[in-house]
Amino acid sequence: MIYEVSPIAIMIFFAFVALVLGLSFYFAGKTKLFIVATAGMTSTTYVQFIKGGLLILFSVILTIYILNKGLDKDPSAEHHKYISLKVSYDLSGELKLDENSQYSIQGQASNGDNIFYLLLRNGISNWFHLITLEDELFLDEMLTISTDESGNSLYNGAPKLEKRFYQVGHLSKVFSDGEEVESTGRTNPFSFLTKIEDSEVVRYSKTFFEFGGNTVTGWYPVITSGKDIMKPGLLYKLEGASIWEKLNFVSLMLALFLGTSALPHILIRYYTVPSQRDARKSTIIAITAIGFFYILTLYMGLGAMINGVLDMESSNMSGPLLAKSFGLTLFAVISAVAFATVLGTVSGLIVASSGAIAHDLMDKYFKVKMEDKEKVMAGKISAFGVGIFAILLGILLKGMNVSFLVGLAFAVAASANLPAIIMILFWDKTTSNGVSSSIIVGILSLVILILFSPSMFERYGLSPENAWFPMDNPGIVSIPLSFMTLILISLYSQKNSIGNINKNNAMSR
Amino acid sequence: MLHGPPAKLEDDHAASRKSKLGLKLFFVYGLIYLGFIIIGVFNPSLMGLRVVWGLNLAIFYGFSLIILAIVMGFLYHLACNRLEDKLNKTEDKL
Repeated sequence: MIYEVSPIAIMIFFAFVALVLGLSFYFAGKTKLFIVATAGMTSTTYVQFIKGGLLILFSVILTIYILNKGLDKDPSAEHHKYISLKVSYDLSGELKLDENSQYSIQGQASNGDNIFYLLLRNGISNWFHLITLEDELFLDEMLTISTDESGNSLYNGAPKLEKRFYQVGHLSKVFSDGEEVESTGRTNPFSFLTKIEDSEVVRYSKTFFEFGGNTVTGWYPVITSGKDIMKPGLLYKLEGASIWEKLNFVSLMLALFLGTSALPHILIRYYTVPSQRDARKSTIIAITAIGFFYILTLYMGLGAMINGVLDMESSNMSGPLLAKSFGLTLFAVISAVAFATVLGTVSGLIVASSGAIAHDLMDKYFKVKMEDKEKVMAGKISAFGVGIFAILLGILLKGMNVSFLVGLAFAVAASANLPAIIMILFWDKTTSNGVSSSIIVGILSLVILILFSPSMFERYGLSPENAWFPMDNPGIVSIPLSFMTLILISLYSQKNSIGNINKNNAMSR
Repeated sequence: MLHGPPAKLEDDHAASRKSKLGLKLFFVYGLIYLGFIIIGVFNPSLMGLRVVWGLNLAIFYGFSLIILAIVMGFLYHLACNRLEDKLNKTEDKL
């Protein structure tokens, strides 16, 4: 998808990023702490607080826009009207188009149960998907990216710049209080959900087929009842699902539950509280803010689904594109705040990991003798190293669905960090050997299982059904494995019991 | 050096009772969370059932889990404050 460049939006974006980063600089300057290991976190916590607050504020504004607009069959003036042609078979079994439709059939392709037709009108050819609806046949307009052998791609039969690859996401039927309507007008937080549940949403399913030596990636409309939209089971199949599909859901739920308590950039914030009481207070504030934001994401997600702002090529742009549909200023501000928040999270993670490498790993674990200055230097170098590694990983995984990646981040936290934290707190026989091996086993098993997962197989260009490991969420295997490793290795290395660890202070932080 | 929280930790006589209370709350929340998973796995169509205010069970349960976490966090904080005030002060007097 090509986006128009708006100088005003870019200016507002940079102004806001500068403002938020300026605040960071101001607070960091005020406290004058040099950043290694544990220092410097207090000032960044204030900045995180401001950024998080701004993110929630603008998400609330976006949600108010969504609720005020309500449900509308025609989301916006720019929204592409998708065509559905009524067709029938003639006596010889050939597909016949309506004579007035101006379309002519150019070709046909199929994969599995799906049949696709290439239709031509006004010199432009487009793929359509054949469906049967109440005993009648229809051809539904598709979105396609067709790639030839030399790697050139056509978007809906035209080069990308012609912008024929439209955004999707609309309602096929809108019901309000039992009556079918064109639009509902303003809704409240409850009636918005109820009305979507009563209506019908058009989703787009991804498919692949071959045509004339070209590989075609296509998306065809699937009318989905609001009832199915509003309950779990579309992304993670539950009804009539196989045991693996159900385990995949359980595994994700387990990783989300356990992973939250072991996210390093959240845990590191506990360094900045002056007392236990304050620790609890800030935890409650965090739970409230995060919980509120989770509720808002439901509205923003549904809003993106029905307001024609989904870009099929990159599934990660729906938030900003939704904001853009309500105006450029909102788009620029939300993008800037989200960008600044991402920077905040990244900086927290980098400080945590560079501190861990310079202080815990090099100084305490490998006993490298370092002066304070050298230690700061080591921290700075490892910050660069970690940053570069993260950037490379980001480039490598570009275009992958971010919700899948977030699930993995939680799974990493739950399998690598959580067993160590929990067992040190609650099991006296924990040893440092047990802890370090559980971290290594947890992260290795997780990464290996992910590399063999259906999502990654799709990324390698292989069929997801042939994946060596049948689930996208490996937490249900790696978390118990990590716990078991810790217990077994600890039992085998009782010489260094937890008392010793605490004496050395190596793990108490 | 550079270890431990910046707070000056004094002897906390409320620690064991606080940790017991925390564990209890954790198990209660864990059970309720498990309920969501069990419904999802064994009777997913139940998730579509309208419960209150036109919300279906999935949304209502999800929202309740979020609100419950906040409420439990708050109750835990209040209980801990009371325990700390009570136990640590009486010890001081002795």
